[in-house]
Amino acid sequence: MQRSNVLYALIALGLILVFDFFFTPGFFTLEIKNGHLFGSLVDIVFRASPVMIMAVGMTLVIATKGIDISVGSVAAIAGALAAVLAAKAGAPLWLVVSAPLVLALVFGAWNGIMVALFGIQPIVATLILMVCGRGIAELITDGKVQTFTNPGLEFVGNGFFSGVPFFITVVLLVVLVTWLATRRTALGLFIESVGINARASTVTGLPTKLVTFSVYLATGLCAGLAGLFYSSEIKASDPSNAGLFTELDAILAVVIGGTSMDGGRFFLGGTLVGALVMQSLTTTILTFGVPVEGTLVLKAGVVFAICFLQSKEFRQGLFQLFVRTRKAS
Amino acid sequence: MNRIFNPRYISVYATIGVFLLLYISSGLAFPGFFGPEVFFNFFTDNAFLGIIAVGMTFVILTGGIDLSVGSMISLSGMMTATMVEKMGMPPLAVFPLVLLVGCLFGLGMGALIHFYKAPPFIVTLGGMFLARGIGQLISLQAIPIYNPFFTNFIGFGIPLPFGGTLTSLAIIFIVVFLAGLYLAHMTKFGRTVYAIGGSSVSAELMGLPVGRTKLLVYVLSGFCSALGGIVYTMYTSAAYGLAGLGVELDAIAAVVIGGTLITGGVGFVAGTLFGVLILGVIQSFITFQGSLSSWWTRIAIGLLLLGFILLQKLFSRIKVRAKEAPAANPGAVGSQGQARMS
Repeated sequence: MQRSNVLYALIALGLILVFDFFFTPGFFTLEIKNGHLFGSLVDIVFRASPVMIMAVGMTLVIATKGIDISVGSVAAIAGALAAVLAAKAGAPLWLVVSAPLVLALVFGAWNGIMVALFGIQPIVATLILMVCGRGIAELITDGKVQTFTNPGLEFVGNGFFSGVPFFITVVLLVVLVTWLATRRTALGLFIESVGINARASTVTGLPTKLVTFSVYLATGLCAGLAGLFYSSEIKASDPSNAGLFTELDAILAVVIGGTSMDGGRFFLGGTLVGALVMQSLTTTILTFGVPVEGTLVLKAGVVFAICFLQSKEFRQGLFQLFVRTRKAS
Repeated sequence: MNRIFNPRYISVYATIGVFLLLYISSGLAFPGFFGPEVFFNFFTDNAFLGIIAVGMTFVILTGGIDLSVGSMISLSGMMTATMVEKMGMPPLAVFPLVLLVGCLFGLGMGALIHFYKAPPFIVTLGGMFLARGIGQLISLQAIPIYNPFFTNFIGFGIPLPFGGTLTSLAIIFIVVFLAGLYLAHMTKFGRTVYAIGGSSVSAELMGLPVGRTKLLVYVLSGFCSALGGIVYTMYTSAAYGLAGLGVELDAIAAVVIGGTLITGGVGFVAGTLFGVLILGVIQSFITFQGSLSSWWTRIAIGLLLLGFILLQKLFSRIKVRAKEAPAANPGAVGSQGQARMS
């Protein structure tokens, strides 16, 4: 049943691409300039990459029946720290990259402690950081938009690696590691088990609290990576706008990808497709010259369509309607 | 006496205590803070937030959430401004229309949540995108409002005998708050809201109109956010596409700080009022202080949220423990009911 939800996402992506094939000239052209791959398709994947990376962590959190609405704020914090460090002359690259990630991990751990140890509902626990996270980010940059010139950090969002934008490789790496960790070990099963019934999992002897804690830790790290990207791409940190509302995009990508918000089975591949659906839709609309504000309405349409498609009641109703019209004719 | 010291009021008392603590310490720090002008400004400046938070309280009491309220501010503001300024419609004819749209918007989301069992978080997220998108489609530019009715309405206020004025916006807020109190505690609807938050299944089995109430709660929230949007538009004398960005977070924060459990079933509209006032005191404190940057507001709200959530957790643990002790006795009554809580 749930597998079919991934199928819906794939069909949606397919429909958008078919539409583009017919109506957007040159959509599928890929060309190599200066040894780099260029084209709309590469651009879509590149634009979707920060949301994809956050959505990977979010998938695991949602699979444990949790939610993390603080990822956008954590990304802003990590981005702010990276920019401030990069602006300082003489800061080594390893520090500029690793310090924000460590900070993001700390905030992930904070969320994890609140949820796993104190047993606070995930949405409230992460709401705290979502509310004050941007304040912390402004504190780090002292309220300014911090610009920097640091070739190392700039490479994260603007560089190329083996022909494709470097950050796409980072996304692939994160997905690969997550896939290996969850599907080639029992960890994935543990996560799903916690999401289906945390109590039963504890009784069976699973380290439920540790599993819950670690998924928030992972999401924190993913948000930190996205934060590096946001700062690197514009060569500045923007505490109040970097990654604004991306937590919602990430959650949406997960849900479109077929993972239920009730926890349980999760689909990493579905999540990636979900993020691509949202981005290719946005890109398609923009290439058609529809003003930006139109994308919000369309996004809303996608959200409602997903609500309908994933609702058992709606599908049954549709099925009965179908049967009735068949009988009538 | 027992009524007053009922343990279920503890978190409301804590909220009031924090409010008094913040208010008195700010008053001692800054001369003039205790003046009635400042106090009544809390109501004027936070009227839109307070109105929205009252609606949000009902939604959260049923165990739901409404993320669309911030965007509704911009949508209803845009509709009001367009109809009044561009089409020249009389404001008194525009307001009912805008409020009706708010209600219908809430009804649509409620229907998706109730009939199609879609998660409230996702549905209202869609509502958030939709409302902001439509608002921006109406106009990307800010629309200033010059209509004399608006300026007269904002200028209206009842001067109070001991100083300060109760402005028209504050009056709207207080009326909505009183209506919320009445709805929550003196009507069948209010009791059903609490019952659904406690256990939707039990409420259904008791024969309560669960579906209708769930729909009405989102209608109420839609109404409140549309009204909040009108008040916000009056307050700023303009409508713009990015109005109310992030207000949904402030409203949820005010409700949670006010002692309402996000899982539903427990909480008070009165607590929400003090939650809103606490946010108001923090903002005024930062304005009075002058050198602190505005982002400290966010950090302070976050820390308060943390404090209240931990406090609630502590209380519920104590309560569970207190109930578990007699439940060990086989003769204890009602031990079945507590199985759900632990």
